[in-house]
Formats: sequence, structure tokens, C-alpha cells
Amino acid sequence: MNITLHVWRQAGPTAAGRFERYVARDISADMSFLEMLDVVNEALIGEDKEPIAFDHDCREGICGMCGMMINGVAHGPMKLTTTCQLHMRSFKDGDELWIEPWRSRAFRVEKDLVVDRSAFDRIIQAGGYISVDTGAPQDANAIPIAKQDSDDAMDAAACIGCGACVAACPNGSASLFTAAKIGHLGLLPQGQPERDRRALRMVAQMDLEHFGHCTFFGECQEACPKGISIDFIARMNRDFLAAASREREEKALAGAG
Amino acid sequence: MELKSRVPDGPIAQAWDKHKFDMKVVSPANKRKHSVIMVGSGLAGASAAASMSELGYKVKCFCFQDSPRRAHSIAAQGGINAAKNYPNDGDSIWRLFYDTVKGGDFRSREANVYRLAQLSVQIIDQAVAQGVPFAREYGGLLANRSFGGALVSRTFYARGQTGQQLLLGAYQALEKEIAKGGVKMYPRTEMLDLIVVDGRARGIVVRDLRTGQVSSHLADAVVLATGGYGNVFFLSTNARGSNATAIWRAYKHGAAFANPCFTQIHPTCIPVSGDHQSKLTLMSESLRNDGRLWVPKKGGDTRRPGDIPPAERDYYLERKYPSFGNLPSRDVASRAAKEVCDEGRGVGPGGRGVYLDFADAIARVGKQAIAERYGNLFEMYERITDENPYEVPMRIYPAVHYTMGGLWVDYNLMSSIPGLHVIGEANFSDHGANRLGASSLMQGLADGYFVLPYTIGNYLGSAKLEPVAEDHPAVRAAEAAVAARTKRLLSIDGKRSVTSLHRELGHLVWEYCGMARTADGLRHALAEIPKLREEFWKNLKVLGTGEELNQSLEHAGRVADFMELAELMCRDALHREESCGCHFREEYQTADGEARRDDEHFAYVAAWEYQGDGKDPVLHKEPLTFENVHFATRSYK
Repeated sequence: MNITLHVWRQAGPTAAGRFERYVARDISADMSFLEMLDVVNEALIGEDKEPIAFDHDCREGICGMCGMMINGVAHGPMKLTTTCQLHMRSFKDGDELWIEPWRSRAFRVEKDLVVDRSAFDRIIQAGGYISVDTGAPQDANAIPIAKQDSDDAMDAAACIGCGACVAACPNGSASLFTAAKIGHLGLLPQGQPERDRRALRMVAQMDLEHFGHCTFFGECQEACPKGISIDFIARMNRDFLAAASREREEKALAGAG
Repeated sequence: MELKSRVPDGPIAQAWDKHKFDMKVVSPANKRKHSVIMVGSGLAGASAAASMSELGYKVKCFCFQDSPRRAHSIAAQGGINAAKNYPNDGDSIWRLFYDTVKGGDFRSREANVYRLAQLSVQIIDQAVAQGVPFAREYGGLLANRSFGGALVSRTFYARGQTGQQLLLGAYQALEKEIAKGGVKMYPRTEMLDLIVVDGRARGIVVRDLRTGQVSSHLADAVVLATGGYGNVFFLSTNARGSNATAIWRAYKHGAAFANPCFTQIHPTCIPVSGDHQSKLTLMSESLRNDGRLWVPKKGGDTRRPGDIPPAERDYYLERKYPSFGNLPSRDVASRAAKEVCDEGRGVGPGGRGVYLDFADAIARVGKQAIAERYGNLFEMYERITDENPYEVPMRIYPAVHYTMGGLWVDYNLMSSIPGLHVIGEANFSDHGANRLGASSLMQGLADGYFVLPYTIGNYLGSAKLEPVAEDHPAVRAAEAAVAARTKRLLSIDGKRSVTSLHRELGHLVWEYCGMARTADGLRHALAEIPKLREEFWKNLKVLGTGEELNQSLEHAGRVADFMELAELMCRDALHREESCGCHFREEYQTADGEARRDDEHFAYVAAWEYQGDGKDPVLHKEPLTFENVHFATRSYK
């Protein structure tokens, strides 16, 4: 099949961008979306035109490196699928596609479809961990964890940090990403001692990075390739409020109120 | 060059404890005066960087991806082994050690493997403390499953995303240390050369992939945790960015390269669908616990799988290996698949595939139970192939997956260049000629959490290290070499894209240095690879400049190194006149087609030393002795 593409091209972070039109020819339904772009890039190189820059690595839907807006939808039309796992059988001959980088104030465009998602790392740095140093912790089976809690934690931990949630959100909020980590660790007994601190700090960092506020549009969970539920955002909000009120009480008790 | 393994004397079970006591310890006050460079942020790199920072060392960590969380360890699906013996099925440190030495077909160092088995137990404790959500039973305790090459259930898992969860555990530990200031992270930064001063590794030259800026970083020690080199085959299960550049640059500075021909072909991957294919996707080996492998008994049987009655199916692994059934080790399972396809009994387009059938398992335990075990893998399969494995058998075929070979290291994980340490898949150490399933995660984390943080102290505490000036001639020379190379890649101005040249190299290596090798084939490859390399340097086309984000340029630099490494792999495969583990030389097989190992002549590590471009590398041999596990022919029958 032949597909017409309008691809966002931008030479660098401060350069002006524009859509360029290309035709992807003789595309097989078995190709992944990125393999289709590989074919386009090989053709561009043949014509002495610079290939389209896009992030990708594992190409099996787990590293979270790839991602682009395809006709306005993060990771394209197939649910629960990263761009690298989207296959061309989702499209038909003659389709016309607009391909753009993740759009968000917090994600700077580096080049073409490549964006800077380092804000996510800084949110994790703010508290997305359990403070245990390498050493000799107790035996792994010393604390039984109910299977349901462990499974729920795993649902949240499945986040791949791709940024589709931010790109899909009309507010450019990183709430789903942040909530997934707060939910993962907060559901486990190991995560309890730092639960308040984690919620307060990660939410504060999210705001510092210029992500928008969550108003429960729900677009994030629709776009999430790992099916992470917005229930975790509700959980994060509850953790945050509880932590904030406890913090006020503690300050009051300490005479700071 | 003399290869000193530095394996401690005495009984193997006490070797590591004794060694830990014998090693130099750097005092807490002095640790903060030492700096360490970590290249790579996968399981080994992230865990080691975090652990060293916790001890007080100043660490700089580099990765080429946009975040350390992307490293390819994340893609490991099935699980991680540990000798916990929770299921009470007779597992022990000794059994895991024994299985790993035997699985590696007696081409690994006993003491290293024993230490790995010992540390496996601690890894699970550490990961659980970090909040890694391993699968659990209803009673709240950890679940285990069995895995290829083992008769006990010692594999811990987190759905089909075990690598992801363990990596995120290590990544979070790393981010914790970054927040504290102990680690400085450099994402989107690629190491392009090693700086060696007075015979010691003292730094690296890197390129900022966003701006193209080349700079040097100096330290007291350098650690490479840069993964394997499976992408030399073009098509592999590795991430597209995985590359050999860091270890190859180190090799060219004198680090010995051990067993380069030991590359693992994983038996269960999704078959190639066409020429556009950019990578191969692995379907976890754990699927072999419940799936049965078969092909039609007759060649050219084009009936749909469901229409072929059981009597006309050949469950070839169960037939050949009745005691292990569908679970012999990876190399054995891969070759068996190749064999039935070579006989013309392969299925699917091109005849390069075998069925992995879950119908019996679904009938036995129900669809729900199978979905819980493998749901995400089944979804991934359906997304790629458009076929539903709950209803029709999967089609699978072997693909390049892991490289047991890598830079030679001693018991302290230090290469033959003092100060240069190598951990995880990038070194050669623990898996011999074949790696067992669920043991790469184990090795990466053992090296990173529990070995290197000790052994690097021994080096830093005993080496007399003078400060290196930023304008030291060795630094300037390495920077100049990097700049010259970038310029050269950009100025060839030929006609062929990097991808086309990489693909051609991959075909050559897969054909002649893949699942089965012959002396003639390897000689042919050794004649062809230099021609292709010449074509690369004459006819490559890289557009754009070196002062910007330029993905073709990055790829070109990596392929240039693969073009050289491929030759060393073939040379190593040609010299090893035996079949062992994944290295199957057709000339050396038993009457029933099994590998014929030659312990008398080849029970050694082949470590190659670079002599200069255009010169033959020199082979050094580290003899392997087996005092605890006695030489035996592997049998999965």
C-alpha cells in the first residue's frame, strides 16, 4: 500500500518547524510503524535528504523510548500499543497521516520527532524510590504481601515512561506517570515509611516541571500503552491530601503552625 | 600479555568470603576522594553506579538513551534465577552452580559461577526490599516457576516483565543517588574512546548526541556495562541501539576480547516476516513450560495446524529429549528447530518456523491460568503477527539473543587493562559457551550490586594513582581520534546507507557464524568481511553534520566497529575446532547430531589481543580447570 505522510520536521530546539509531505510506497501490512518510517528514511537518504529523526530502541513495546502523535492520537489508533508495536495493518492504502512529536510545554523538541523527557527522571528523583541501600536486607519472604496488593502494584509499575499520557492530556499533565509510581510503591509494605514524603515531593516536582494540572479528562488512560488506570491518580490525590494535612498537623504540633 | 584470573585458592564455597577479607578496603573518608566512570545504565550499570555512590564514591554514569531507564535489560521477560529453594524441590547454591557450569558446557570459570550462585539469593532480597513486585501466591509469598535447562523451580518473575521491574528497581536506586548528588548522570551521551594513561584506564571520550560536542571525562577507574554485541547480526532481539563500540574501543587499547564466537541463539522468537524487518522479537522461554513444540511429520504439509491430527505431528523435542521434554537448554532447542526446518518440515511463510502450541495447556489448566502466566506475551504476539495464540499455535524460530563472549575479566571483573572493569553482558565471565535462561538478570545484578562495589575498592585501594591533567597528551590524542573518525564518516560521500551495509554484514555473520558453523564457511566469511568493510569506508553515505543530533552518524560509528568485530568472531569460531554450547561446528558432532566437545584441546578461554589494524590478533589461552563439577557430556535426554 501507499501512504501519504505529513511529518513534523524541526532542525533543533530553537528552530522553526514545519510539516513535510512524503509518500511511503509499497508498504506491507506486516511492517511496524517504525519500519515504515525506516523505509521512508532509506528513500530520503537515496534522494540526499536528511532522514527523519525519531526516538526508538527496543522495538518491542517495553523501553518507552518511541512515541509520536499519529493523526492527533498518541501512539496511533491501536489501543494499548506503543508506536513500535503498531503495525501497518491498522492502516489502508491511500491513508493520509499527520505525524508530530509529543506536544507539551515540559517536553522540548530536540529534533523532528525527538523530545526531551528528562522531566520524568527528575520526578522520580524527587521520591520515586524506596530508600534502601544495597546490603543485606531481610529474607524476601519475611513480609508476605497479599497477591491482590502485589498485582495492583504491578499494574502501576508496568508504566514505561513513554510520555503518551502527557502528550494526550489537554492540560499537558504528568499525573498518570507520577501517580503510577506513587501507586506502585504506596501499595507495598516496603513503601509505607516514605509514602507521605513521596507524594508531597513528586507532586511538587511535577508542578515545577511545568506540567499542567489534572482535570480528569481521562485522555491519558486512553493513550497509555500499558493500560494504566486513572484510578491511580485518585489514589495519588488522596495520598497527597492526607500527607499535606498530616504535615500541617506535625508543623502545628512542633509550633510552626 | 599474561592472563591472571586471580581466583582465590582453597575450597570454592569459601572463595568469595575469603577474597572479600583479603581485598583492600578503602576507608569511608577516602572513598569520597575517588571517582569512577560508569558507561551504561542497564541492570549491571545502574545497580553498580547506585551501590558505589551509596558507599561514597563519586560516580559519573553515561547512557546513549534519553534516560537510564531505557537500557535493554528492560526487555528481559521471563525471570531471574535464585537458589532460594522456596518450593522445597531440592535446589541449592551448589545445584545452581552445577547447572550453570554444565549449561555453559564447561567453558566458564568455576569460581565465578559459584559466586554468582551464592549471590543469587541476596539479589531477590534486595529487589524485594526495593519494591520490585514479583509474582506472589495467594498466601502472600513469592511464586516460582521452572525455566529451560533446569529441573527445579527457581525462577522469580514479574509477569512477563521481569527485566523491566528489576531494571526499574536499579534505576530508582540510581535516581535516589543522583538526587543525593553521588551520581552525575549523562543521558544521550555515547562513549567513543577510552583514555589510557601509563597503562591504566583513566577516562573516556564522549559525544553529546544532541549537540555533537566531544568532551573528555577523567576518573580513577572506568567501568563498562555496555551490554552485548548481538546487533553485529543486524537482526537480533537486542534493542536497535545496542552496540559494541565501548568494548571494541577498549579492545583496541589492549583489553583482551574473550570467546567472541560464543553467541546465543534464542529458540523462541517470532519468525522474520519480510525484508523490511528491523529487529526480532523474543517470546519468553518460559512459554516452553506450557507450550509444546511441534512440526508436521511430513515435509510440505500446508494444512492448517488445527487440521493436522496428533498422530501426524512430530513433537520433536519431547521425542528427542524425553526427560527434559520441551525444556532442554537454549542451544539444543534452537538447533533442533533449525534441523526440522532444514528437513523441509518448517511452517509459515518461508518454512522457517515451528509451532509452539498451548492447546493442551489450556485444556489442562484453563485459559485464565494461561492468560495470567503469559497474557502480555500472547498480546504482543498477536499484535505482531495478527494471529491469536489462544486459538492457533504460535509460530516461532530461533534468533540471536545474547553474547556470552565479551571483554576478558579476572575474578575482580577487571579487564587486562588495569582500572578498566567490565560487568554484565559486556564481559565474558559466567556463562561459558551457553547461558541458561533467567541467568542474565542474575549476573548483571550480582556484578553490579554485590561484586564490583567490593572489587573496585581493592583496585582503588592498591593502585597508586596520580591526577591526570585535562590536557594530558593521551587525553588530547583520544579526543583527536574521535573527531577525526567522525569527520571521516561524514566525508566519504558514497552511495549506500548505513542500514544497507549493516544488513549485508548481518547476513554474512548469520549465514556463516550463526547456529551452525563450518571451517569452509568461516573462511569464506573471513574473506568477505574485509571486502565489505572496504565498501563501507568507500561507499557510505551519511547526511547532515557532526554538530547536531544525527542518528545516521551514530549508527555508522557503531556499524564500523561491528565490521571489525565480525571478523574476530569468525576467527575465533574457526580456531575452536570443537562443538560446545552454542558454538556448533558441523565437523564436530556425534553420530546422532549432538555437539562433540574436545576438553583435551579446548578447555580454555580464548582471549584475543589486538595488535594493530591489518595485523592478526594474538590468541592467549586461560586454561579452565574443573575441580568441583566434573567434565561430562551434557545430556537432556
